[in-house]
Amino acid sequence: MKAPHPRRRLSPLLNIGAPYLWLCLFFLLPFLIVLRISIAEPALAQPPYTALWEWIDDGVLSIQLNFQNFMLVVEDELYLAAFLNSLWVALVCTVLCLLLGYPMAYAIATARERWRVLLLLLIVLPFWTSFLIRVYAWMGILKQNGLLNHFLIWLGVIDQPLTILHTQLAVYIGVVYSYLPFMILPLYANLTRLDFSLLEAAADLGCRPWRAFLKITLPLSLPGIVAGSMLVFIPVVGEFVIPDLLGGPRSLMVGKMLWTEFFSNKDWPLASALAIVLLALLVVPFVLMQRLEATEAQRLDDAADGRGQ
Amino acid sequence: MNRRRWPLLAVLAFGYAFLYVPVLLLIIYSFNESRLVTVWSGFSTKWYGELLHNRQLLDAAWLSVRIATVSATVAVILGTLAANALVRHGRFRGRTGFELLLTAPLVMPDVIIGLSMLLLFVAMQQLIGWPHGRGFTTIAIAHITFSMAYVAVVVRARLAQMDRSLEEAAMDLGARPLTVYLSITLPLIAPALLSGWLLAFTLSLDDLVIASFVSGPGSTTLPMVIYASVRMGVSPQINALATIVVALVTLAVMVAGMTMRERRR
Repeated sequence: MKAPHPRRRLSPLLNIGAPYLWLCLFFLLPFLIVLRISIAEPALAQPPYTALWEWIDDGVLSIQLNFQNFMLVVEDELYLAAFLNSLWVALVCTVLCLLLGYPMAYAIATARERWRVLLLLLIVLPFWTSFLIRVYAWMGILKQNGLLNHFLIWLGVIDQPLTILHTQLAVYIGVVYSYLPFMILPLYANLTRLDFSLLEAAADLGCRPWRAFLKITLPLSLPGIVAGSMLVFIPVVGEFVIPDLLGGPRSLMVGKMLWTEFFSNKDWPLASALAIVLLALLVVPFVLMQRLEATEAQRLDDAADGRGQ
Repeated sequence: MNRRRWPLLAVLAFGYAFLYVPVLLLIIYSFNESRLVTVWSGFSTKWYGELLHNRQLLDAAWLSVRIATVSATVAVILGTLAANALVRHGRFRGRTGFELLLTAPLVMPDVIIGLSMLLLFVAMQQLIGWPHGRGFTTIAIAHITFSMAYVAVVVRARLAQMDRSLEEAAMDLGARPLTVYLSITLPLIAPALLSGWLLAFTLSLDDLVIASFVSGPGSTTLPMVIYASVRMGVSPQINALATIVVALVTLAVMVAGMTMRERRR
């Protein structure tokens, strides 16, 4: 690195400072406010919660902390069930995305070079059209007299139409459909960097393809698997649209409960408490992802730096 | 192509079918005469006609496009600065926190972002009187915040792979850092800026949850209108709208593909 030119001092200030300031103001600070409102009481006021502190009479500061909302979230079976179900749905869908996404990413990564761009483009293309409209299309496919039931009856697999829409199964289908690209892209990025001569060497030494896959490809693609899984798992835990439209009134998921508490019941403190608990649940997978991401990116940046010198 | 590849290709074909069947159905049923999505009763383009006269939907679409344009533009600026910071400034103080803040919006559930943003705006209005009410500005700020993280990912990858010898040559010839950045670096990372902008634009155009939290009376975005009509039983106009969007996107991708091929020649 060259010694920093005095005039170049401006660039770190702008490059680091501007985005940092924006994120602190509009991303970090809001969480602190959520935390603060989660320990307030709901009130019939505008905005609908009590003040955390107020000055009474002769300069005495009165601070009100109210952990009622958290007690409710932790003790009420409905909320507990919603949290458990959200984690379960996220887990099942992550596994399903991996089972479908891994072979797809592998096939694309090993396709001929001129096909790769097109195949990859086809993965992200549906992503550019409205998510809501695509979920709505699934409502038409999954309902009682929808396409899927007609198809299955025509095949002779079933006699009576199945009830799929407004069940947990519909939520799984909708989530896997919507989040599949988030699994495939990091896996593809990882697999294209794989050194395939290792597999050839293994084959030359008499290793069976499946064993070679388990011993070489799978461990080497682990960073891609973790990255993809986290990109699916974390947002799905708090998903709102899919359980709301495909899951029907009885599918309990935190995202939907938070929405209901906020928009229907106007209970801002309780919604905030739900958000805080949800956030706390997601910290561990997030830190895991962040660690991995940082090492990977650092390697990339170091490589760039090494070339720059 | 060897024999072992066919199971892989079967999964690939299934995956693409899974991704494209809903989109194809939307397109087919947008030309359906009947109001019922499941019954085919003849070819018709009447839903397209009705769509063009649906003021509420068109107003919402126009608002969404304006918000998406503003937020994508600001997100590209901030996201590029952030990418510069991460690739060019090494291990600066507070880098871990910076990276944390820049990764979190990628995975943070929308309901949390939406709720926390709204509470911030409410608190700010109480304290300093700004933003006055909620609508265009608040939605745009919220969208900038989460989409700049996506832009940073895209631009960072490009910056890290970039060949820096041209920059060094210019530097050795005495060009100022700002001149080098503007006349060499920016053109080189332009494709990433464009895809970052398009990504941010779509993310903004597509967002229902965050916009619902931070919007106010009189500012209803397109996803909010679609959501309301999905809940009430959809009109095939929505299918027509989706078909138009698909056509536009496909066209844009094809044009981009062809220009890139031309340039490569």
